[in-house]
Amino acid sequence: MSDHDGMNDGDQTGQDGQQATPGADVVLSSRVRIARNLDGIPFVNKASSEQCEYVVKTARHLLLHVPLEDQMIWIDLEQSSSHERQLLVERHLISRQHADNTIHRGVAVAENEQASVMVNEEDHVRIQVLRPGLQIQDAAKACLRLDESIGTHVDYAYRERWGYLSACPTNVGTGIRMSAMLHLPGLRLVNEIGKVRQAAKDLHLAVRGFYGEGSESTGNFYQVSNQITLGRSEEDILEEFEGVIIPGLVQFEQTARQVLLDKHRRSLEDRVFRAFGTLGTARMLKLDEAMKLLSRLRLGVCLDMLKDAADTITLDTVNTLMLMVQPGHLRQHVGTQISPEDARGVRADLVRDILIGE
Amino acid sequence: MKCDLCDKPAVVHEVTISHGVKKEVHLCVDHAREAGVAMPGQQQGNKLISKFAVGGKPNVMAPRCPQCGTSFAQVRQHSLIGCPACYDAFEEPLGRLIERAQAGATHHIGKGVHREDQQSKRQREERQLMQALASALSREQYERAAEIRDQINQLSEESPEESAEGDPA
Repeated sequence: MSDHDGMNDGDQTGQDGQQATPGADVVLSSRVRIARNLDGIPFVNKASSEQCEYVVKTARHLLLHVPLEDQMIWIDLEQSSSHERQLLVERHLISRQHADNTIHRGVAVAENEQASVMVNEEDHVRIQVLRPGLQIQDAAKACLRLDESIGTHVDYAYRERWGYLSACPTNVGTGIRMSAMLHLPGLRLVNEIGKVRQAAKDLHLAVRGFYGEGSESTGNFYQVSNQITLGRSEEDILEEFEGVIIPGLVQFEQTARQVLLDKHRRSLEDRVFRAFGTLGTARMLKLDEAMKLLSRLRLGVCLDMLKDAADTITLDTVNTLMLMVQPGHLRQHVGTQISPEDARGVRADLVRDILIGE
Repeated sequence: MKCDLCDKPAVVHEVTISHGVKKEVHLCVDHAREAGVAMPGQQQGNKLISKFAVGGKPNVMAPRCPQCGTSFAQVRQHSLIGCPACYDAFEEPLGRLIERAQAGATHHIGKGVHREDQQSKRQREERQLMQALASALSREQYERAAEIRDQINQLSEESPEESAEGDPA
């Protein structure tokens, strides 16, 4: 699994469920993306078909031929199937918006899937780097290096006053957006999610769902990102985001989990084991139901509740399952298109197979 | 409803439909006065209509970006800017819009663009134009190819002069 949900390489989680990846019990993944546009060419919303084509060709040539840290694979979205695009969305390598508008659009994906460059999304170029757990600094550095490599070969649209120009006023300046995908079941159970949303609003942070912009929270997963890109340097944004904001939210969630353990352990265990029971026996699972149950199971793994009952289930197992139960991945698993009803059956079978080897 | 050019309430509203395309103009007292439009209740209804009528002076009311033709009203409406030149064309009203979107920030702080020297820039531009020319020719877009060739010629003509300027000797 190599995506915004975990990007596990198999070595990040120990067999006892203790994660080697920093902050992975609460932070699924870190992402940093940078928005850039080519100077002298209208932004995508205003560019002609020829101009969009020119941007795609230029970016494709550059991303495939300029020496970069990661070898890139180019995917022309116009030539791709909806299934391929669905897989890319589920792996958080492209946005839903990018998957829907395919004319003169493309994406370069690093072979290790930890970086991608969307071409002609809202901006000409959107560079993003993904890391498992809380590794925003690492992601930011890699993203800035990639930006630098690309920027030496093209003229970015830039003004002294505004910094890097973007199609939307919310991205101008550094064009950098840092985000963390947080798992906050404890805060939901103690009814404190409202406080998180309020604090986020006060701190000019965006709180979104599992698939970013326009998506709802599923299974208590929240993507938190900075909204301010102007008037603050990349370093300042990073320092506050990784040094203060995300650790604060992680601490808040961990405190909630501790309160639940101290005061409602039996009820919490019941919740986790019922989820485990259902996942291990169900014959049909809807996506939403699967995500909710996996969220509870994930909490149980983080709190070491399952080590006696099922010591082979690790954070890695749950993170992998959260990706595998997505519609595109299910179809990939089966190898052919399946009806929604059949997908529920396949999903349940897959979950049982991975969880209990049935 | 807010004024198309600032945050004040709009008091003058005009809708025109030209070739099936609906255009709306909303202005506050100050910007309406600046554009020479009478205030509501000040009579002169005919002038108001003629000001926004097709063939009137839409450029006075809704200045457009000289590069991409986007009006600031469109920027406001869609929260999307048309092109890099829009930032220059609408610096003041866009500045206010950005300030609101960016929690009061008005200037960039952070990493900047490493500007190339003139010669490298010209060489790169020439390379890019040559690529664009090849691409246009391969697609049999001869008009576009001719435009690009003109640009290449222009670049070559500028070249010696700039080199002389850049020459320390």
